[in-house]
Amino acid sequence: MAAEGKAIDALSQFELNTTLGPLGASVNFTQSNLHMLYAVIIVLALMTIGMGARALVPGRLQGLAESAYEFIMGMVVEQVGEEGKRYFPFVFALFMFVLLGNVLGLLPYAFTYTSHIVVTFGLAAIVIITVTGVALARHGWHFFGYFFPEGAPLWLAPIIIPVEVVSYLSRPLSLSIRLFANMVAGHVMLKVFATFVVMLAGLGVVGPVLSLLPLSLNVALMGFELLVAFLQAYVFAILTCIYLHDAVHLH
Amino acid sequence: MGDKDGFDARLNAARTRNGLQRPPKAKVGDAPKNPWGFGMRAGVEVVSALVVGVAIGYGLDRWLGTWPWLFLVMFVVGSAAGVLNVYRLFRPGQRDR
Repeated sequence: MAAEGKAIDALSQFELNTTLGPLGASVNFTQSNLHMLYAVIIVLALMTIGMGARALVPGRLQGLAESAYEFIMGMVVEQVGEEGKRYFPFVFALFMFVLLGNVLGLLPYAFTYTSHIVVTFGLAAIVIITVTGVALARHGWHFFGYFFPEGAPLWLAPIIIPVEVVSYLSRPLSLSIRLFANMVAGHVMLKVFATFVVMLAGLGVVGPVLSLLPLSLNVALMGFELLVAFLQAYVFAILTCIYLHDAVHLH
Repeated sequence: MGDKDGFDARLNAARTRNGLQRPPKAKVGDAPKNPWGFGMRAGVEVVSALVVGVAIGYGLDRWLGTWPWLFLVMFVVGSAAGVLNVYRLFRPGQRDR
């Protein structure tokens, strides 16, 4: 479908369509929602089935579940400190949801819900509202001292405070743009090179040989995209931890 | 994670004794090492601060009917916040926040 005519159609993969027939169409249940549901089911299955055995020597599935748990637990404790353990479920849920979204999107015919800024911004907004709530609950009015560094001359307050507030509010935006841009860029690149394969293959005798070039590039890109999928989920989780650290230990 | 009989403490002591102590890991959230990540991260920080500043200014102007003054002020404030974000990102020796 991408190579019809001469145009490279790299963006139609991000279009939303309703699934599940007339039922899905009546409630606007898109393939994006379907993949979110898949992700949640997979995470739940991993944690319940994987940990069901509770073996002292873990099997493969239990090993995967445990290493995911330990990874995030280590991150939370290292970044936030011991009192950060109470925020572990939040960070773990975020990490697994983003990770599954990125990785599921690499499967053929799958849809990457993290390639939509609405989704990533929604996640980032949840993060920032939670973090602000935590800071307000723990420090009360002292939280607003965060926007004015101690020792700065008072006459600078009209300049410093708006700048600090805008800087604080830009956090969810930069968090969401980073994830969304990485996902979109990766998938567009994959699609463009995949289209080259099809286009070159139709070029007479030498075509199929030439088309091996973009094909091999796509194989390498696929590995790179897998790295990016993990890395971006990691970055999302660790920035959440850093923001939580700021909220718990106000400067 | 479980702190069975101070296992972590004993492991740490043994590691230190044998010179196997792992070097402290670089804090992620610090500036990325490769130039692409470096530029990407800085760019995103500047643009997002600018977008937030401009959006606030535009919204206030629509509400208060003071177009274009608050927009202009918040544009400058947003740029300053973007620079501040990048400064925080690459400030040496200090924890990223």
